[in-house]
Amino acid sequence: MTAVLQLRGVTKSYGDHQVLRGIDLELLEHQAVALIGGSGSGKSTMLRCIDLLEEIDDGDIYLDGEPITVPGMNPVPTRRRLGLVFQAYNLFPHRSVLDNVIMGAVRAQRVPAEEARDSGRKMLERFGLADRSRDYPDRLSGGQQQRVAIARALMTHPRALLLDEVTSALDPELVGEVLTVIRELKQEGMTMLIATHEMSFARDVADQVCYLQDGRIVERGVPEQIFTDPVHADTKRFLSRLLEANRL
Amino acid sequence: MPTEQPLTTRADRDEARRRRRRRSIAISSLSTIVVLGGLTALVLTSPGWHNVRITFFSWTWFHRSIGTVAKGFLLDVKLFLIVEAVVLVLGLALALIRTLNAPVLLPLKLLAIVWADLFRGVPSIMVVYMVGFGLPALDLSGIPTSASVLGGIALTLCYTAYVSEVYRAGIMSVHPSQGGAALALGLTRPQALRYVVLPQAIRRVLPPLLNDFISLQKDVALVSILGGASEAFRSAQIFAASDFNYTPLIAAALLYLCVTIPLTRFVDRLQLRQLREQGGALALGPH
Repeated sequence: MTAVLQLRGVTKSYGDHQVLRGIDLELLEHQAVALIGGSGSGKSTMLRCIDLLEEIDDGDIYLDGEPITVPGMNPVPTRRRLGLVFQAYNLFPHRSVLDNVIMGAVRAQRVPAEEARDSGRKMLERFGLADRSRDYPDRLSGGQQQRVAIARALMTHPRALLLDEVTSALDPELVGEVLTVIRELKQEGMTMLIATHEMSFARDVADQVCYLQDGRIVERGVPEQIFTDPVHADTKRFLSRLLEANRL
Repeated sequence: MPTEQPLTTRADRDEARRRRRRRSIAISSLSTIVVLGGLTALVLTSPGWHNVRITFFSWTWFHRSIGTVAKGFLLDVKLFLIVEAVVLVLGLALALIRTLNAPVLLPLKLLAIVWADLFRGVPSIMVVYMVGFGLPALDLSGIPTSASVLGGIALTLCYTAYVSEVYRAGIMSVHPSQGGAALALGLTRPQALRYVVLPQAIRRVLPPLLNDFISLQKDVALVSILGGASEAFRSAQIFAASDFNYTPLIAAALLYLCVTIPLTRFVDRLQLRQLREQGGALALGPH
C-alpha cells in the first residue's frame, strides 16, 4: 500500500536558521500521526511545507506516491487535495460562516454556488453549527470558529487533513469541543497529521506519535510506548517537563 | 468598618450623576456664548466691517450671481465625478502593480513608484499648470485643448498617486495569514487577492479614500487657472474682476460646503462604526 503522504529527507531553513533538518515520515491511509515537541521544533513548518505554503530546500514530498515538490510545479492542484487547519483559525472576517465554508468549493473547485451552499449547510449541521451559518466569524466563540475552520477544510474532500495546533489558541473550556470533532473524524477514517500540545489527546487519537526537536524526528512509536516508555533521553526530558507543568 | 446599611444608595449615585450632567451643560453653554459672542463682536466692531459686508455679503450680488455660479458648480461636480471614477480604478491598478511581485511587471512597478513619488511631491496647482499649458504646447495631434479635460487629466495624475498609496496601505494591513488560508483552500494567487485580501483591504481604507475625494472635490477649482472652463470659482472670479464685489465667491463657497459637509459627516460616521466593529473604544471612558 502506498502512503498518502511521504516525506524523504526534507530540509528547510529561514536564512541561517535551519528549521527542518532531514524529515522522513509516512502517513498511511486512515492513519493519524501526532507530531509533538516544544515550540520551534519544526511542527508547524513541516505542515506548511507539506501544503506547499513554504518551499522546501531539499528532499522530496509525495502525495499518493507522486512527487509534489518538483521545482517549477504548480502548487495549486496539490493544495486542493490537502486540508490545512491553522492555530489561529484564519477565518475570513468579511464573509459569513457559510461563505467561509464554501469558499474553497466555489472558487477553487468551481462547484455551482447553490450546490456548494447545500453541502456547506450539511457540513455545518454535522458540526452542530447550522444556526450560525449567517453569522460573521467574530460573533462566534473560539471553539466554534475552529470548528468552522475544520468544516471549511473538509469541504474540498482532502486526501489528508493537516492540523496545526488547532487547540492552542483556545480557552481551556473550549478545547474539548474541537477535540471531539477530530476524534469523530478519526473514527470515520480521515487521514490526519496532527501537530499538538494536547498529550492526552495525542495519546488516544493517534496511531503513531513523533517527537520533534530542533527540526528532527528524535523518536517515533505507538503512543503507549512514547508516553510510558520513551527510549530517547530528549523525549524523556520533554515529557518530564510537561509532567512538572501538570500538562500530561 | 462595613456596616449593615450601605454607605451610598442607588438614588445617591443617580443624583450625583444628574448633578454632574447639569454642571457640564451649564459650563459648555456659557463657554460657547463667551467665545462665539466675543468673536462676533470682534468682527462686527472692526473698523473695516462696513466695507467687508458690502463687498462680501451683499444680498443683491448674491442674488444676481448665484445662478451663474451654480451652473459653474455643476461643471465642478461633473468633473469631480469623472475624475473620481478614473482615479478609483487607476489607483487600484497602481497599488496592485506595486504590491505584486511578478517579474513581468517590473517596468510598470518602477513607473508606478515614480508616479506616486512625483505627483504626491509636487503641489497640485503646479501639475495643473504644467499639464494645462505644457501638453498643448507639445503640438501633438489628438491632444485635447479643452481646459476641463486638461485640468481633469492633471487632477487624475495627482489623486491617483494619493489614492494608490491609500490602497497599498490597506492591502499591506491585511495579515499574511489571510492569504495563506486562501491558498491552503486551493485558491490561486489572483483569486486569493480578489476574494480574500482586497475586500478586507478596501473596507479598511474606505474612510481615508473618501477623505481624499473630499479634497478632490475642492481641488476641482484649480481648473479655473486654465481659463476656459466656466466652473464655479472661475464664474465668481469673473464677477469679482468686473464689478469688484466678492459676494459670488461666498456663493461658490456655500455650494462647496453643501457637498463637502455631508460627505465629511458620512466619513466620520463610517470611521466611528469601523472603530466600534474592531472593538476599539474612545481612549477616555464615558466621562
